[in-house]
Amino acid sequence: MWLVEMSQGDRMQASPGRQLQTMSTLPNIGLPSGAESRPMPEAAAKLSADNLNFFYGNFQALHAISMKVYDKRVTAFIGPSGCGKSTFLRTLNRMNETVRHSRVEGDILLDGENIFRLDVNDVRRRVGMVFQRSNPFPKSIYENVAYGLRINTSLGRSALRDAVEHSLRRAALWEEVKDKLHQSAYGLSGGQQQRLCIARALAVNPEVLLLDEPCSALDPIATAKIEDLIFQLKDSCTIVIVTHNMQQAARVADFTGFFLLGKLIEFDNTTVIFKTPARKETEDYVTGRFG
Amino acid sequence: MTWNKARRKIVNAVMLSLTGVCTLVAAGTLVFILGYLFVNGAKSLNWDFFTKLPVPVGESGGGMANAIVGSAKVLLLATVIGVPIGFMGGVYLAEFGGTIFSAVVRYVTDLLNGVPSIVMGIFAYTIIVAQQKHFSTMAGGVALGVMMIPIAIRSSEEFLRAVPLSLREGAMALGASKSKAIWTVVVPAAKAGLITGIMLNLARVAGETAPLIFTSFGNSFWSPGWDKATAALPVMIYTYAIGPYDSWHQQAWAAGFVLLTLVLAVNIIARMILAKRGHVAR
Repeated sequence: MWLVEMSQGDRMQASPGRQLQTMSTLPNIGLPSGAESRPMPEAAAKLSADNLNFFYGNFQALHAISMKVYDKRVTAFIGPSGCGKSTFLRTLNRMNETVRHSRVEGDILLDGENIFRLDVNDVRRRVGMVFQRSNPFPKSIYENVAYGLRINTSLGRSALRDAVEHSLRRAALWEEVKDKLHQSAYGLSGGQQQRLCIARALAVNPEVLLLDEPCSALDPIATAKIEDLIFQLKDSCTIVIVTHNMQQAARVADFTGFFLLGKLIEFDNTTVIFKTPARKETEDYVTGRFG
Repeated sequence: MTWNKARRKIVNAVMLSLTGVCTLVAAGTLVFILGYLFVNGAKSLNWDFFTKLPVPVGESGGGMANAIVGSAKVLLLATVIGVPIGFMGGVYLAEFGGTIFSAVVRYVTDLLNGVPSIVMGIFAYTIIVAQQKHFSTMAGGVALGVMMIPIAIRSSEEFLRAVPLSLREGAMALGASKSKAIWTVVVPAAKAGLITGIMLNLARVAGETAPLIFTSFGNSFWSPGWDKATAALPVMIYTYAIGPYDSWHQQAWAAGFVLLTLVLAVNIIARMILAKRGHVAR
């Protein structure tokens, strides 16, 4: 992972003009001043990161990230490969702690409580995650969705069955799989597998759902289905999505954060980010001049 | 130019035929052994072999029922000892490895795997037979069980490692602790491989003779319980094959045939499970 980040750094270094520009427009390194300058009071903060640094060994992947994820809204992170957006996402449910020799500094508050002081398994249950490549377990469709409930609760058979159906319906997959619940999840198509993973994550009723480039391996039709799903889910769930696809961010997100070289350059309403970004780097990226 | 080309063609032909001949020799030897054993073994094999006890020298007939049961008991005990230890060790190395300690464990395991089987026999002899002052099924089981440990560790480790990281992450992202993720997702995903590993391991120690000679020793009669010396197929083959009587030689052939068939069957079934399921589920 950090090798990728390194090579990204090298690439940036190789372009002196951009480097200079970054220096001149960023006197206060790491502080997302763009985000601070505009008030965004529409919703309560579900998650808030405060001065978050993250290290893979000696390599610093995240620099002083401070931002808020608003409740029942969709927040997107965009930025070039290796900019730290996935790393930041994986810090929000403490998934990064599984990486050897990694270290985190700073706080992340979930409903005002510091997640680094909560039980890590509770944090991950409350902040669900769907990965870039769908990763259904080698079990039946039913058992995949039931898994989180089995390990976290002691629901009876019928309650479990209802919960599985409810989750599959929420993930818009029920109609497609209701007749083959007990077949292997590997028989599903790529898009269906990804929606199954979403259903699996929804089954434990997470307050926040983190989506790490959920559509990067999917065709446009499957992508459209996932995006529809995001619209439906945001009434009941706070969603954070990392995406390489700027159109996708523009379509689904209420707020967008632009990451570059481990720093949150700008965070604002999605319209602002794509129409009138405050920072030159953001504008260059969203207009396709670089990245 | 043309000389070069001709030379290349000749070298190619020579090397090709050399590799072909070597392959033939290797495969031919195997086929010869199997065929020879089959012909000789099948000739002296009959129903009595599986149901009757060995008869005293001079009488004809008899079988090796006690040795078959003895082998099964010794192998059962070996599995009970070797597999849980090996499996747990494999889980540790695969899931919590990466430390200096685990590197040491891995190295020691490989050393243990290279220890001659007769040394394992002496080990079991020293800690059990010498203490109890008599041979026993238990001592034989311990000797083979200890032999199974290193292979069980390494094969479990390998099959667990083959389970993709994404499955572990998927489970942990749902609030599963690491150990829960291992037991509920990783181990089930590696199940086919783990079972195959155990079967191949069993097939390998089933033919071990040296460790049994001075642990379970041998017995011409039934050996109830775990505390008496017992007959076992490989030792029986050894004893009967070096004996002076022709009827013994016939019995040894039959025993060899039975043992080989069992080992072969286990091997084939294990490999079929692997081929069908793939190395892991994904």
